[in-house]
Amino acid sequence: MAATDIARQAGEGCRTVPLAGHVGFDSLPDQLVNQSISQGFCFNILCVGETGLGKSTLMDTLFNTKFEGEPATHTQPGVQLQSNTYDLQESNVGLKLTIVSTVGFGDQINKEDSYRPIVEFIDAQFEAYLQEELKIRRLLHNYHDSRIHACLYFIAPTGHSLKSLDLVTMKKLDSKVNVIPIIAKSDAISKSELTKFKIKITSELVSNGVQIYQFPMDDEAVAEVNGTMNAHLPFAVIGSTEELKIGNKMVKVRQYPWGTVQVENEAHCDFVKLREMLIRVNMEDLREQTHSRHYELYRRCKLEEMGFKDTDPDSKPFSLQETYEAKRNEFLGELQKKEEEMRQMFVQRVKEKEAELKEAEKELHEKFDRLKKLHQDEKKKLEDKKKSLDDEVNAFKQRKTAAELLQSQGSQAGGSQTLKRDKEKKNNPWLCTE
Amino acid sequence: MKKRQKKNGGSPMDPLRQSPSRSSSRASSPRTLPCEMLGYVGIEAVLDQLKIKAMKMGFEFNIMVVGQSGLGKSTMVNTLFKSKMWKSTMPGLGVPTPQTLQLQSVTHVIEESGVKLKLTVTDTPGFGDQINNDKCWDPILGYINEQYEHYLQEEILITRQRHIPDTRVHCCVYFVPPTGHWLRPLDIEFLQRLCRTVNVVPVIARADSLTIEEREAFRHRIQENLKTHGIEVYPQKCFDEDINDKILNSKIRDFEYSSLCYTERIPFAVVGADREHIVNGRCVLGRKTKWGIIEVENMAHCEFPLLRDLLIRSHLQDLKDITHNVHYENYRIFRLNESHVLPRGPGWVNLAPAPASVPAPAGPQANPSPPKVGGWAKDNSDEEC
Repeated sequence: MAATDIARQAGEGCRTVPLAGHVGFDSLPDQLVNQSISQGFCFNILCVGETGLGKSTLMDTLFNTKFEGEPATHTQPGVQLQSNTYDLQESNVGLKLTIVSTVGFGDQINKEDSYRPIVEFIDAQFEAYLQEELKIRRLLHNYHDSRIHACLYFIAPTGHSLKSLDLVTMKKLDSKVNVIPIIAKSDAISKSELTKFKIKITSELVSNGVQIYQFPMDDEAVAEVNGTMNAHLPFAVIGSTEELKIGNKMVKVRQYPWGTVQVENEAHCDFVKLREMLIRVNMEDLREQTHSRHYELYRRCKLEEMGFKDTDPDSKPFSLQETYEAKRNEFLGELQKKEEEMRQMFVQRVKEKEAELKEAEKELHEKFDRLKKLHQDEKKKLEDKKKSLDDEVNAFKQRKTAAELLQSQGSQAGGSQTLKRDKEKKNNPWLCTE
Repeated sequence: MKKRQKKNGGSPMDPLRQSPSRSSSRASSPRTLPCEMLGYVGIEAVLDQLKIKAMKMGFEFNIMVVGQSGLGKSTMVNTLFKSKMWKSTMPGLGVPTPQTLQLQSVTHVIEESGVKLKLTVTDTPGFGDQINNDKCWDPILGYINEQYEHYLQEEILITRQRHIPDTRVHCCVYFVPPTGHWLRPLDIEFLQRLCRTVNVVPVIARADSLTIEEREAFRHRIQENLKTHGIEVYPQKCFDEDINDKILNSKIRDFEYSSLCYTERIPFAVVGADREHIVNGRCVLGRKTKWGIIEVENMAHCEFPLLRDLLIRSHLQDLKDITHNVHYENYRIFRLNESHVLPRGPGWVNLAPAPASVPAPAGPQANPSPPKVGGWAKDNSDEEC
């Protein structure tokens, strides 16, 4: 069979060729979009923040709906993550939204390990995806992507600076997920304090080397918007689900005796900016960053840990195959070992049981013997008694006959004495043996 | 299905993946609660974001044309993409008939309304031209598998590129000579092998030598042939339920030209032409003969518009998706399971035979998946893997 000769015309490699008419592939983006619509989108948000900072309310406000759930208490023993998935539908776009919330964050007295469950959760999602990707038979196009795309970090509105817990947690998270810090309940801070607060936060983040998510500026369409928004980070937001009629619209507000805070008013808070950035402008970019940067980093570390190497591209299939083989063999070996163990245990148990049964049998035998012996003893005794009884009966009979003989002789000699004596004898026949 | 509500922090999620049923497309998703939104949120803006991203990245499409020489393959490609991709070869002018099958591949970037498409066309001159055409499909299969191999190698690198260049063949257009009778044994053999590895779209070439009735009869006979031999050409019915049920079906059913659907009119009878003529004052692409001008884009004359619409206007993305999700995955399974079988094609690493162990799925969580149209011909046997 002749070898295949693929002549790629070099030099014409990627020449742009002019079109003589309308071909029609400008419908390609639409085809792509239709494909994506049929598959649906999914978006996962992680909300990290202390109890009572308004995480659930903000989610409700962002997505204009009431998600189920009740406020958590402050008495949780450790940090737990609660995740809920919702199906949202807007015109023809279906979104599978997953909201993961920390419960009990910042409530403990010792908060050293508070960040750990969060990091483990994020890693677990990456791990699940990696496992799916490494399978031989995989279904990636149907896979429900559970990796966290955006992490909203809620900062308490103290007005001073970041807490050390915040710094530590954000530092741990920034290489694993897109961190977007926001100032929660910002109606507690006045405008001047807010600017100072924001500056302080950004400088602290920079000095501690925390990399928060920057909105992308490489695409001309959104570069301007993103650029201005980047300057407003972190956003100061207020969440509310109460509505009030102002003018001729219903707006979401928080009512105070001294005034009404409108959530969607840009002069009052940055909620609208957050919504724009998070959903309307950068959702796709968040997902892509998660996949191409954070997930790849995780994958690289994990695979290097597992012993794969990239050094010789030629041997890549080798090492993957070999490692698969090795793993397979290891797995089979373990199975066999376990089987052996179980078999041995089984054999042992059988032996023990046998021994037990044997003993029981022996005991039974002994018991049987004993009983038999007892029985024989009794029998012997009884026979003895019977014998003695028989002897007595015989003796009695003999005496009786002897007595009758005497009587018959005595009756010939003289009557009454012998009668008396017979009477006596008859009355006391047992006294005869003298 | 397992509820996603976690009460214990820190324990890793173990989504209970059942083997997905044929009808549901998201069988492994967690329990979800439908929610009513009380106002406009702006989720649909993600579609625009997608479009912007796609337009920036550009698209790739790789097409392969297979058929005997003289069937008008190069002309067809030029007509499809309205540009001079190839110089149409005129045989017999000092160009020797190639003794072996040589694949030629050319890449161009074409742009329309801001959409950039990197198009790669692979031609197969010499296919079926020899006297003994035994195993003439092997180089083609080798080439296709080689592209899969490149992609796989890129994919399993530790540090991989952001966007892996896609050279896999998305569509193979097979030109059936217009004999008017049946499919030839060469056609059947080739189609059987190829339809398992790549999306195949058969067309009746040079259909201007057949009348309309002859075309219909030929088409029916070809369809019968395909059915008898179990050849699934694109669009494959068996993938309807798995992947793209609604969209694909609706696209096939909503046929704008007539009430018949695509599947009933495959193989299309096409005529290729890259010269323009004046007909009724309009400038059309066509072939000029003594008895008239055959207009390429006229549905009454030939079915070229159908082919063009199928390939470009409506199903291009779908072709790519099926290649990626089905054919490539099948190749990957084969490759990772039984890589001791020597693959065809140049530049491949000669792998040592693997230990004769039962090819059990690697890893602790391997689930069976629904049976796909898998397997392909090895060098010496026709068995499916």
